[in-house]
Amino acid sequence: MCLGVPGQIVHVEGTTATVDFWGVRRRVALDLVDEEVTVGDYVLVHVGFAIRRIAPEDLAETLAFFEAMTSEDLEGLAPGAPPRDAEPS
Amino acid sequence: VTAPAKLEFRDVARGRALQARLDRAMARAGRTVTVMHVCGSHEQAIARYGLRARFPSNLRVQMGPGCPVCVTDAPEIDACVALAERGLHVLTYGDMLRVPGRERSLEDARAAGARVDVLYAATQAVEIARATPEPVVFFATGFETTAVATAAILLADPPPNLFVLSAHKWVPSAMEVVASVPDSKIEGYLAAGHAATITGYGVFEPFVARHRRPVVVAGFEPLDLLSGLVLLVEQVLEAKAEVVNAFPRCVTREGNRRALDALFRVFETSDGEWRGIARVPAGDLRLRPELAAHDATVRFAAELASTPAFTERASASECRCGRIMMGLERPTDCRLFGKQCRPEAPVGACMVSTEGVCRIWHEHGVDVAERLPEEGSP
Repeated sequence: MCLGVPGQIVHVEGTTATVDFWGVRRRVALDLVDEEVTVGDYVLVHVGFAIRRIAPEDLAETLAFFEAMTSEDLEGLAPGAPPRDAEPS
Repeated sequence: VTAPAKLEFRDVARGRALQARLDRAMARAGRTVTVMHVCGSHEQAIARYGLRARFPSNLRVQMGPGCPVCVTDAPEIDACVALAERGLHVLTYGDMLRVPGRERSLEDARAAGARVDVLYAATQAVEIARATPEPVVFFATGFETTAVATAAILLADPPPNLFVLSAHKWVPSAMEVVASVPDSKIEGYLAAGHAATITGYGVFEPFVARHRRPVVVAGFEPLDLLSGLVLLVEQVLEAKAEVVNAFPRCVTREGNRRALDALFRVFETSDGEWRGIARVPAGDLRLRPELAAHDATVRFAAELASTPAFTERASASECRCGRIMMGLERPTDCRLFGKQCRPEAPVGACMVSTEGVCRIWHEHGVDVAERLPEEGSP
């Protein structure tokens, strides 16, 4: 019930949007979202209501945050390299 | 940014780097550290991505009262069962059907002929009520994220035959209770990113000031969770107590004002029993008097008052859900776990819901959930 799912808006009609959840489309109410949303935006959805617009700059901020969190320990771990424990020990 | 973003949140190399940072911090710690998350979706993510088996052996990550189904009190279920058995059409979220009341579940009532239907979206309750002249009871459960949806339908000119039986709960109040347990070993809290999307992370500032324990708000992708844990554990080990937001793409300090305004126009907090835990001051969300016309406890007061007194199931007395949700024990500490208490025959609510920690451990395998690497193993 408390499952929050992000999806992308494909159509807006008044206070209702059609949102694509990685292939599944559902109608979503926009009454609670605190920013204007348009087609192409990502939204976080709980029990049929969008509760947050996820802006592209917010996604970029998250990726930058992950980069900062891992900068030190990523050395020697090339992106895409197999995990260390996948090698025979 | 579409699919690639989703995959970047699961980047294996960065996940390994975060694990290495966590390992390093805990190796320096030289002692056991216990932290708590308060969200079933966090436990699901930990299980799904196999994170628990890779946690440092001296780090304990407990799940707290983060499953709304699990903390819905038995008398709340009984009240809804009573209305269903009196012939009222009851709507609720799917997880609620199998939660045992003191005698029966909504599923039992349905098997005996009661009309109980499952909703996936709060707006469906309005659609169903509009299609009939009969009264419809929406058994509304969940934390902040679903409470705002109930508020929204009640603010949007709902049909007069729609009545809400609210079992909504306010998580920050339960964190207060958990943090106040005298023998609690919890040194830091991982707060649920989606609930904090509504409340804002500012809601945790008084908690941190009062209890001198750090709170980190985290999301639900593997890198979100690991980043949150790293920032939480590092604070614990540095004896810091701050609120940190590790889910910036959804959470702000002030939260979603529009949703919060809707929530508190419709609900007010009141003291309430959380199943297995305690009486939680300001833990329940009940409808304001202005919404009495849609309040099932007002409209059906007579029916609810004549509800027969149920007796607690004998087997439930051995159930450890309460102590598990307080962070005092783990599912495997319970004698009933996987024996008398199984997903198909749950004794405690933690085994009913897919958001309950017992159910998650049972489904993903106790070995995976519980096994902790030996000291010094890779």
